[in-house]
Amino acid sequence: MPAHVAIQGVSRRFGDYTALHDVTLEIAPGELVAVLGPSGSGKTTLLRIVAGLEMPDRGQVLINGEDNVMRPPRERGVGFVFQHFALFRHMTVFENIAFGLRVRPRAERPSRADINKRVKELLDLVQLSWLEKRYPAELSGGQRQRVALARALAIEPRLLLLDEPFGALDAKVRKELGQWLRELHHGVAVTGVLVTHDQEEALELSDRIVLMSQGRVEQVGTPNEVYTRPRNPFVFEFLGETSHIPCRLLAGALATAGGAQTAQNGVAAAVADGESTLFVRPHDLGLRADPSGPATIRHITPSGPWARVEFLLEGRSLYAALPLDSIAGSGLTPGGTAMPLPRRGVLFADGRGTMDEPLHWAVS
Amino acid sequence: MTEAGREAPSPALPAHPRRDAVLPVRQRRVGWFPRHSILPGFGLSLGITLLVLSIIVLLPLAAMMGDATSLGWSGFTKLLASPRVQGAFRVSLVCSLLAAVTSAIFGLLIAWVLVRTRFPGRRLADAMVDLPFALPTAVAGIALSTLYAPNGWLGALLAPLGIHVAYTVAGVYVALTFVGLPFVVRSVQPVLQDLEAEQEEAATTLGANPLQIFRRVLLPAILPSLCSGFAMAFARALGEYGSVIFISSNRPMQSEIVPLLIVNRLEEFDFNGAAAIGTLMLVLSFCVLLGITLLQRLTLSPRHA
Amino acid sequence: MRDRAASPHQGGWTIALIAVALLFMTLFLLLPLVTVFAQAFASGIPAYLAGIADPNALSAIRLTLLVAAVTLVVNVIFGLAASWCLARFAFPGRSLILTVLDLPFSVSPVVAGLMLVLLYGRQGWFGQWLETHDLRIIFALPGMIIATIFVTLPFVARELIPLMQEQGAEEEEAAILLGASGWQTFLRVTLPKLRWGLLYGVLLSNARAMGEFGAVSVVSGNILGLTDTMPLHIRAMYDDYNIVAAFAVASLLACLALLTLVAKTILERRFLGAQREARIA
Repeated sequence: MPAHVAIQGVSRRFGDYTALHDVTLEIAPGELVAVLGPSGSGKTTLLRIVAGLEMPDRGQVLINGEDNVMRPPRERGVGFVFQHFALFRHMTVFENIAFGLRVRPRAERPSRADINKRVKELLDLVQLSWLEKRYPAELSGGQRQRVALARALAIEPRLLLLDEPFGALDAKVRKELGQWLRELHHGVAVTGVLVTHDQEEALELSDRIVLMSQGRVEQVGTPNEVYTRPRNPFVFEFLGETSHIPCRLLAGALATAGGAQTAQNGVAAAVADGESTLFVRPHDLGLRADPSGPATIRHITPSGPWARVEFLLEGRSLYAALPLDSIAGSGLTPGGTAMPLPRRGVLFADGRGTMDEPLHWAVS
Repeated sequence: MTEAGREAPSPALPAHPRRDAVLPVRQRRVGWFPRHSILPGFGLSLGITLLVLSIIVLLPLAAMMGDATSLGWSGFTKLLASPRVQGAFRVSLVCSLLAAVTSAIFGLLIAWVLVRTRFPGRRLADAMVDLPFALPTAVAGIALSTLYAPNGWLGALLAPLGIHVAYTVAGVYVALTFVGLPFVVRSVQPVLQDLEAEQEEAATTLGANPLQIFRRVLLPAILPSLCSGFAMAFARALGEYGSVIFISSNRPMQSEIVPLLIVNRLEEFDFNGAAAIGTLMLVLSFCVLLGITLLQRLTLSPRHA
Repeated sequence: MRDRAASPHQGGWTIALIAVALLFMTLFLLLPLVTVFAQAFASGIPAYLAGIADPNALSAIRLTLLVAAVTLVVNVIFGLAASWCLARFAFPGRSLILTVLDLPFSVSPVVAGLMLVLLYGRQGWFGQWLETHDLRIIFALPGMIIATIFVTLPFVARELIPLMQEQGAEEEEAAILLGASGWQTFLRVTLPKLRWGLLYGVLLSNARAMGEFGAVSVVSGNILGLTDTMPLHIRAMYDDYNIVAAFAVASLLACLALLTLVAKTILERRFLGAQREARIA
């Protein structure tokens, strides 16, 4: 049965450095949760504490309701996939996968035939049956990753922890393996926690995302929730590229430079009048050529199906992503002026987003 | 920051250390001799190297081997048949072997403790490991001898138990363990350092207990380096002279080691006998050296690369 | 900063292992060292000073310094020459030279002394020739110097060869293309790059040179006050049951060993750490 995990008030310091500050988090059985954050946000420390490789200074880690903090890692039945795989170099692929079964106490150890059968099944699962006699040094990065995963699954863990599982792989392999892992997770009854600094990976693979920064949880939610309703500027900026459009609020109406737009609802009530910043994704930002527009276009750079249009607005350098096809007839040229037309954006009450519910604003 | 270090991209399984790689920087050779390099000084530097090596090493080596052969095959077998020679080789081989085994066991423990644990004074302990390299053998010899003498600090503790170390063959073993220890520590330490702690962590998350981690994960990975450290400690012990003669009673057949036998032959002006025993020692240490090289090749085999 | 190498859990058995390791190191390393100083001062400071101020002890100290100084000069010249030709050029016989270079480390010091006696002694190959020219090597200073050079020969070269290899030859090539002569290149480019490695090698060979016993005792003839170095003097005093005098001189060598360890540790941390790690990884 997949595990239910409750992390309650966990803190950890290393000398002067606070790796985790009062982290509380609940993970439902069978979920695949991504812990997302920049380097140094404490996400790997959190994972290691759940695995028992690290001790928290304070707090509890409940697995299926039992406190696990004092339990040694080898008794937790937690599968851990290390960032650099940590495969045993002197063992073949087969031996690596069989390791967790072979080291069980004699009474619980499966028979030799059962171990063979189980390892073969796992090799089939990770599609590496033909490599069972190879040593780790003879495998590609993606293959090592899959061996590491099979090795962790061999002990039939209730909980599978993955520390930057694709961090050491190149972009193409990373994509393939990610999809494969997602399917694999659906097929195996296990709760999964994935640590990553790659927002695309988190958005594509996980059921829920936990965003962390400087040892604190910033937001927890489904990929769609955190992407469309970010709680604060950090979350918005970490999940994708951002253009900051200066705007003004006056008596419930929101005006961006060059054109007034009316807010959908409640602007006046929640955000005080005055100068503010609208957070907009570049692909939610349109540009119309306009001789009297406030934006001055600097460069237009094609990038795949998009054109990256860089422009200056009230002294800030911003950019919009427009479909490449739309540029030709648009009249937008470097050096020309234009009117920025945000289609969707978010207003935060102040720089650090103390509001529980930021204002989402869209042109109807 | 802690995570920054962990998350820095690095090759997944780093290549195994090649501690002793001696490949030239570039092969600039056409036919047999180096092509004209713009770097000067080849002739001069090679000349100095060969001159010094000849005067100091090669000619004396030739002299000893020449003298040894002048003994002839029958003389050589007669020498080997002598109980005193056999006794000395037995003492040297057995004591060196036991000392190297002790060094290997405790050297491995010390290396692991220095690499994987943190305690106050660890750096001091790390530096202390090299003491037998730095302390002159004669100084070590008189110190160990005084320490283990019946009235010494340790000897006085052992005497009531009926254990006598100084002036017995046990003293030879103690002195040889002293000189061999750093070889093991210093050859295991870098390999252990190179073996990420993650391997041990992975084993523990898979359910292995400390003993299983040691036997199945740690030991196989460091075995080649442990063996080469053992071989170096053994080779050094075989040739050791200074620290042994003070603590040993130096009695023929009981505690006389081979180097001492050579000195005794020299003092009796039996130059050919000394040369023959010396050559035998040389062959022996070459075998050990060969063993080290083979072991290092084993360490560098493709599966570990 | 968390140390990545350390185990996260330092449980009871870890502490037990640390304790066993430290106990072993105390018995086998620390106690012998402490004994040297305890015995040296066992009869008080005046006796200690008298042991050192003894004319024979003083002449042993002088002789040791002389032997070590000559040895170091030869080792530095040889080490630079050997590393230059072995690390910068490929030529037939190169690996053979490397093997011979390692020989002194694997030969018993007594066998080393024996070889020299058999070559340079009165009955040796060169004995006749040396005698007719009235040159004395064995049982005299030259023999002791040669014996010391023999046992310390690999230290400097072995330190410099890998260092020079990993530094590459580009800088020397650049210097020569800029018009520097061979000596200018060596003095201004190569030597400064090698200085810490050279110092490291010199340090190790100095410790060995001043402390060498086996090889030197075979070739010295043990003439008190004439061919006694410090280790030989220690033996003479010890055999004479002049324990305080033996340990007094021994304490000087023990201080040298401690200084060497300190300097070596500093050098490794400060200057060679990065290079050595790069070489290992």
